[in-house]
Amino acid sequence: MSSRDKILNAVKAAQPDKQPLPDLSAIPLKFDDAVAKFIEVLSTIGATVKRLPKDRFQSELMDDIGEGKNVVNTISEFVLDFASPDKTVAPQTYDNLDYSIIPGQLGVAENGAIWVTDTEFQIRALPFICEHLILVISAETIVHNMHEAYDKIGIDNPGFGAFIAGPSKTADIEQSLVLGAHGPRFMTAYVLE
Amino acid sequence: MKLISCTRGERLKRTTMAAEHNNNALHNGTGLHSDLARKFNKDEDRVDWHDETLWWIRQKRDKITHGIPNWEALREAGSQIKHHTLSNLNEYLVQFEEQCQKNGVTVHWAADAQEHNEIVLSILKKHSVDKIVKSKSMLTEECHLNDYLQHNGVEVVDTDLGERIVQLAGEPPSHIVLPCIHWKKEEIGELFHQFMGTPKGNADPQFLTHAARLNLREKFLTRKIAMTGVNFAVAETGEMVVCTNEGNADMGAHLADVHIACMGMEKLIAKREHLGVFLRLLTRSATGQPITTYSSHFKKPREGQEMHVVIVDNGRSVQLGRESFRNSLKCIRCGACMNTCPVYRRSGGHSYHNAIAGPIGSILAPNLDMKKYADLPFASTLCGSCSNVCPVKIDIHDQLYKWRQEIVKNGYSPKTKTIAMKAMAFTLSSPTRYQIAGKAGRFVLKNMPFAVNNKFNPWYNEREMPAVPKESFTEWYKKNKGGK
Amino acid sequence: MKVGLFIPCYVDQFYPNVAIATLQLLEKHGCEVVFPLKQTCCGQPMANSGYEHLTGGCNENFIDNFDVPVDYIVCPSGSCLLHVKEHLHAETRHEAAKAIRGKLYELTEFLVDVLHVKNLKASFPHKVGVHQSCHGQRGLKISSMTELVAPYFSKPESLLNLVEGIELIELDRKDECCGFGGTFCVAEEAVSAKMGKDRIKDHLKHEAEFITGADMSCLMHLQGILKRQGSKVEVKHIAEILNAG
Repeated sequence: MSSRDKILNAVKAAQPDKQPLPDLSAIPLKFDDAVAKFIEVLSTIGATVKRLPKDRFQSELMDDIGEGKNVVNTISEFVLDFASPDKTVAPQTYDNLDYSIIPGQLGVAENGAIWVTDTEFQIRALPFICEHLILVISAETIVHNMHEAYDKIGIDNPGFGAFIAGPSKTADIEQSLVLGAHGPRFMTAYVLE
Repeated sequence: MKLISCTRGERLKRTTMAAEHNNNALHNGTGLHSDLARKFNKDEDRVDWHDETLWWIRQKRDKITHGIPNWEALREAGSQIKHHTLSNLNEYLVQFEEQCQKNGVTVHWAADAQEHNEIVLSILKKHSVDKIVKSKSMLTEECHLNDYLQHNGVEVVDTDLGERIVQLAGEPPSHIVLPCIHWKKEEIGELFHQFMGTPKGNADPQFLTHAARLNLREKFLTRKIAMTGVNFAVAETGEMVVCTNEGNADMGAHLADVHIACMGMEKLIAKREHLGVFLRLLTRSATGQPITTYSSHFKKPREGQEMHVVIVDNGRSVQLGRESFRNSLKCIRCGACMNTCPVYRRSGGHSYHNAIAGPIGSILAPNLDMKKYADLPFASTLCGSCSNVCPVKIDIHDQLYKWRQEIVKNGYSPKTKTIAMKAMAFTLSSPTRYQIAGKAGRFVLKNMPFAVNNKFNPWYNEREMPAVPKESFTEWYKKNKGGK
Repeated sequence: MKVGLFIPCYVDQFYPNVAIATLQLLEKHGCEVVFPLKQTCCGQPMANSGYEHLTGGCNENFIDNFDVPVDYIVCPSGSCLLHVKEHLHAETRHEAAKAIRGKLYELTEFLVDVLHVKNLKASFPHKVGVHQSCHGQRGLKISSMTELVAPYFSKPESLLNLVEGIELIELDRKDECCGFGGTFCVAEEAVSAKMGKDRIKDHLKHEAEFITGADMSCLMHLQGILKRQGSKVEVKHIAEILNAG
């Protein structure tokens, strides 16, 4: 018998009587102002958060990035003077990338996380390999909690998606928080209205 | 051991025996944890430092959970989802496999650690790869994968900073979430000086972390195969969720040509929406953060990449069949039970001599090898704090109690202890025997561990014996209340 | 109401004053107290060592003692009481065991939940630290627990607050285990003693003159360390304070 069948048989023989799934409706957490909460939480976990009108985003972003930087932009909505992701090159090529600009599908107020998928950023390494990650979301996509987030995301998302909450970090050395472990050392979220 | 009235010579002999028993950790299992814990306690300042660091994390956990008004309902939901999944595990495993295959992911099944290791090696060999990066996976620790691969000529680089530190030091992690929580920064500075050429004496966490970043970046860029663990596997979608703060799982998986994810089969959950519950519970319980920086959902390999998942049993189906212990399979490896455990904080992770330390390790390990880990369920005061912080409400301290019974029943308790316990039970079951067991019925005085009045009794190392009053309560009662 | 007094073996032998205070306290609050004389041990030391299967005799003896016409059975030790509550059974006397389990109360929960004690004629003008014993707290739930997100309450503290002149101190760690743990205290002597020393340090830091609690076993462990350290700080079982003056 294959290990697969051996394991499945053993599990079948051992598993307890069927138990129903719980009702999750009583659990959600709500805030008076989800956008404000989102900004508050994300700011406390190492990110810079900027809330601004959509029409000011482009100029503000250009000012923030400045001249002479190595940038990849994956937002199709804005025409920015930056390179688009190139899927024909190895992802290693993006080592030494200064900025990745990536659109978020939604933000979660309770934990400051932003949901991103490779439908938008195309090259999976992009949110992780850069020095400074820029995530851009619309304020109206901010939900209160993770239950609402998964309701919105559904189950048919593409090959890779992630919740990202702040810059890469570690506290493995004596619990001293250090930003910039293996991924971005900085993260800025633009919350557009 | 004779307990009923005896001559002075016999009494003396008995006292000596009692001392020996106490010295041999009579009242416990094999004594190994207690020996290692005693060693750890030789340096009291270090114990204080270890205790306070972990207590600080426990406090962060308290602070953030107390901000979630329905936290207890959330724990209950997490527990029930896991229970539901375990009660349908066979079906969900099949569903997960189907979904993975649909997603283009190759599924492997490993009955035990050996098979798991062989599967991993075979994938490496297929690609002629002898250098890999690996992000945190307690399963691979459980299977001793690193040793196995190294013996087969493969260089494994652990990329989680804490794991890298203990790997360089030639040690296993001492904590499932905080692998090098027992290391001081000065020692890490010295280690990095030795292995990465950082300046001697530099112990700044910022500096050292940056040095490790540069060192490991090169590995991420050049390794063709990356391994990761799995925090949650979703039957409905076939996706695997991996949570890190450092981004090391993503750096590995997205840059390598092949991604191998290894998971114990209890990592399964039924639906994607259940992630909402578990991602809310996991990091708040683990470190007091609202969520890890990255909660990555790996579903399909990227174009041109290969993705494998190895589903491992290694004793889990046996544990599933043990009614008293199956709840332990609900564990989501947050480490909260370790941070809160007053024994863990003061004995260190290595005193548990098992891949998974602390309270949860103590109820998982005996399932793998009851003899080898017979001491672990006794390394607890049964205070119950672990069960209270557990995000999926595993009855950890009750299971510790039940494992003690199981270990004794299966004959893994020292014979001397069994003899003493039998004699004790014989005397205590009869008020008559109890009353004549010693002068004035002072059985307790001679047999309770805190009362064996000689210098060999471990009680006496740092504690005085309680004073013996002139009369017992029973004697007082008979005199004053006219009882017979 | 008629109350059966369940006195743990080590309290009987080492701390008769605790048993006397318990008895007097119950009598002061109008209980008719009977003390069955043939009590030995609840069996917990064996059970917690993995030998629950040897405690049948202790169970039988416990039933012999307490299968008597009383309304309640009260014990000044959360740990022993919890053990009996969770593990008392006898094959041939199933009903008797069940009836007994239903009558069991730890002293402070009895005073609060059954007798609804609202005032005490007690005075104890000292700074007192309360040690929360785990089995009473997390097992019998006589107090809220810092791990859980739930409203604060403490039956022992609500009683102590009725004592004249008492000042309860705040601790840094409100409900950390003292490390006694039954046979753990010798089998894991190093950790056990360290846990006890750390608890004491917390009480001393906040200037306790007395350490009290609802479980004498924890207090005995702390007392052993205090005495070894030559400390002037004393332990007192809660019954002694509630019955003081």
